[in-house]
Amino acid sequence: MRRTHPLISAAALLTMGFLYLPLLSVAVFSVNATRYGLVWRGFTLDWYIQLVHNEFILEAAWNTLVLAVASTLVATVFGTVLAIGLDRFPWSKRTNTFLDIVLHVPVVIPDIILAAALVVAFGLLRALSSVFEPGLFNMIIGHITFQIAFVALVVRSRLVSIGREIEEAARDLFASTPYILRRITLPLLLPGIVAGAMLAFTLSLDDFVISFFTAGPESVTLPLFIFAAVRRGVTPQIHALSTLVVLITVILIIGMERFTRK
Amino acid sequence: MNAQVGKGLTVRGIDKRFGLFRALADVTLQVHEGEFFTLLGPSGCGKTTLLRIIAGLELPDAGQVVLGGQDITSLPANKRQVNTVFQSYALFPHLNIFENVAFGLRSRKFTQEEIQSRVNRRLEMLGLEEMDRRYPHQLSGGQKQRVALARALVNEPDVLLLDEPMSALDARLRAQVQEELRRLQRKLGQTFILVTHDQAEALVVSDRIAVMNQGRIIQFGTPKDVYERPENQFVAEFLGAANLLHGRGVDKGIETAIGFFHLGQTPPWDQGTVAIRPERIRIASQSPARNGVRARVRETIYRGPNLDLWLEPGPLRVRTPSQRDYESGEEIWLELPPEGLVILDE
Amino acid sequence: MNRLLVWYGELTTPRQLVHRGLYFLGAGMLWLMIFLVLPGLVLIVVSFATRGAYGQLEWSFTVENYKRLIGFTLFGWTSDYILIVWRSVWVAFVTTAISVFLSYPLSFFICARPERSRYLWLTLVIIPFWTNMVIRTYAWFLILAPELPFAKLASFFKLIPPDTPLYPNAFAVYLGMVSMFLPFVTLPLYASVERLDWTLVEAAQDLYASRVRVFTQAILPQTLPGLSVGVILTFVPAMGMFVVPDLLGGAKYMLVGNLIQQQFGASRDWPFGAAISMGLMILTMISLQLYRRRSKEIEFV
Repeated sequence: MRRTHPLISAAALLTMGFLYLPLLSVAVFSVNATRYGLVWRGFTLDWYIQLVHNEFILEAAWNTLVLAVASTLVATVFGTVLAIGLDRFPWSKRTNTFLDIVLHVPVVIPDIILAAALVVAFGLLRALSSVFEPGLFNMIIGHITFQIAFVALVVRSRLVSIGREIEEAARDLFASTPYILRRITLPLLLPGIVAGAMLAFTLSLDDFVISFFTAGPESVTLPLFIFAAVRRGVTPQIHALSTLVVLITVILIIGMERFTRK
Repeated sequence: MNAQVGKGLTVRGIDKRFGLFRALADVTLQVHEGEFFTLLGPSGCGKTTLLRIIAGLELPDAGQVVLGGQDITSLPANKRQVNTVFQSYALFPHLNIFENVAFGLRSRKFTQEEIQSRVNRRLEMLGLEEMDRRYPHQLSGGQKQRVALARALVNEPDVLLLDEPMSALDARLRAQVQEELRRLQRKLGQTFILVTHDQAEALVVSDRIAVMNQGRIIQFGTPKDVYERPENQFVAEFLGAANLLHGRGVDKGIETAIGFFHLGQTPPWDQGTVAIRPERIRIASQSPARNGVRARVRETIYRGPNLDLWLEPGPLRVRTPSQRDYESGEEIWLELPPEGLVILDE
Repeated sequence: MNRLLVWYGELTTPRQLVHRGLYFLGAGMLWLMIFLVLPGLVLIVVSFATRGAYGQLEWSFTVENYKRLIGFTLFGWTSDYILIVWRSVWVAFVTTAISVFLSYPLSFFICARPERSRYLWLTLVIIPFWTNMVIRTYAWFLILAPELPFAKLASFFKLIPPDTPLYPNAFAVYLGMVSMFLPFVTLPLYASVERLDWTLVEAAQDLYASRVRVFTQAILPQTLPGLSVGVILTFVPAMGMFVVPDLLGGAKYMLVGNLIQQQFGASRDWPFGAAISMGLMILTMISLQLYRRRSKEIEFV
């Protein structure tokens, strides 16, 4: 093992502190028994208990969950099928380049551009149907759009790592196409699909910009709620809510790590 | 002629191109039932492509593959009575050893009892009976290779294809596995086709060898044939070490820069090459009656049982038992016996 | 094209394969076409449209929006928008530079941890990466609050009035931006540092003692692949960031992101918003192009 210079260690630890100090202070003040100011007045869980009785927060939590689950389900199915379509067929080089670019666009462009494009598109689609009024439906569509790309990229890299020989071996051992799909490809792909789905779910929870642009008054999610509340002035309740959201994120990340490393 | 082939395999006039690269050029060969046949050649010579064509994992541009009298050229891989041991073994990582071996039987819908008994028999035969609940990543390289072998053999294929199955094993294990493979094939009496670039391996295991280069088969024959009687320079040099002597063909001999050598017969060319294996050159205490060369030792290489001498003129390489030592600069007589000298094609 | 072909061991024809492939591509690609490519094209079209008196779209095409973006208004030339664009690029640049500067020690530090705790440290970097940006941004409100030493110190030096928080201002924006994007550099950089060939570093240490040269000659070239991924992952989204400047920068420190948001929000000027988005898109393409050229060079080295 390699030793690090004390200065490097110090710089690294300070950087970690810089990353965590804000989050930790949110957690600390979420259990501080004072409504105003930053003086420590003792431990309390009041703010957490109040959350449960706050109708708006419960509704926002519900919206967040509906948004994340619905978009993740659709994006996982579409993304997985798309990944198979990309990797397992002999497309010409030019087609592949084109598909690759389309797939990478949602990953590399600033999300505000996608958000702006969706606002305009939904605005025009509204002339066709009222389902495109700002709201949960639009948000789900927006989330699916960037999630598909991420799921497809994750699943495709898994497909590439499975390689060709395993399927050839199965074919050599008398298996038909549906049998190979059922017994070989899908089981081997499953960790990739789950990792892709978890990534999509995390991305949905993490998103603010797309939601902010496409949401309607009825479809406030937790990030939107926090943003609006913060602009009015932070309260310990918001700290408690944020701490919970961070905890859920941590659990998801640990779950994702467990799954992908196995 | 077909009658004699039985369940043998015939490959006729196979051509295969990858873009502009001609991987196989008019390859024809015949493998008899129960034979251990080896395709030997350097990497990129087309041997693996030929194997994949036989397996049905690649289609030839022209030519036919005939198995037991039936043309299987355009039969899908999963319909051929041919199984493959892949170079990477391609074991199914999510299935345990039992299920890996059972895969071919399950896809053909054998009954549970049938599968149980057949798989267990194979696992036992290959000494894997303790491993059946393990997963591929828990096995050593040698064990994985035996699982791959069991997985293919359990289907009792008409032809078993082996694509460089030893390349992932270390040298000592490889030597042992080669002998085991040879014995196994003898015991089963099944047709094996092995692809390898390792000439020593080919000599150990095969009944017959086809030496390939640049998409063509250059020489067929028993291990002894191809080693002792190489037909051309490529085969002579690819299979072990060879001394090559260039010269002018004369009556029952060759006139070279280091002297005249008697050959058993008259070479069919004016200018050409003869080859002699280093171990076929004899060291004589005095000037031999014929085919003698006076040479000076330039370098000695100790190889355990043998000693390799590099000699001037030539340079000639001589392999001799290592009981006696030779000094650099020492002058000795060599005899190149006519039966050791092989006339090569132009 | 009805000849046979073997694909992944399956005997089939090119036509059949393409047919089936299109089925697989179909749903996902159709989705991306309708909700990604098409809206993108619409955005381009709208950027040439005109805003009606009540904020509605009018389909009379002009380049007025782009002219406005580069500063031509009814009342003559103004640098307002150009300044905001330039500021965005500058903030993105500084954010990237500081993140790189902080990421090197951090990656080396994590690499030097024993195998088991290394994953823990790495997870610790990943957690903020995936934490909601609104939460991570407003969290700075607490650190920069007037009661805490940072704000007190600043007011002691008369940088801010007493009993006011250390935000909104440019300094707070940089803090927020760096803490937002630091993991984007650290994670890819760590992947490179982990694969570092230490023999080269040691050879460099033997040959010339200067630490700076060891870094530039032995470490930097080897970590360049990870570094350039990190740089592009930070620089591009940082240019379009709007949450951080919105919460920590206030009206005085607007970036392109806020400007776009304003057009789609309060101002309800979609054509101008679309034009600014296109401007941001062009900046993104330029950065990606620079990155691609660099990464090609890296491959040749």
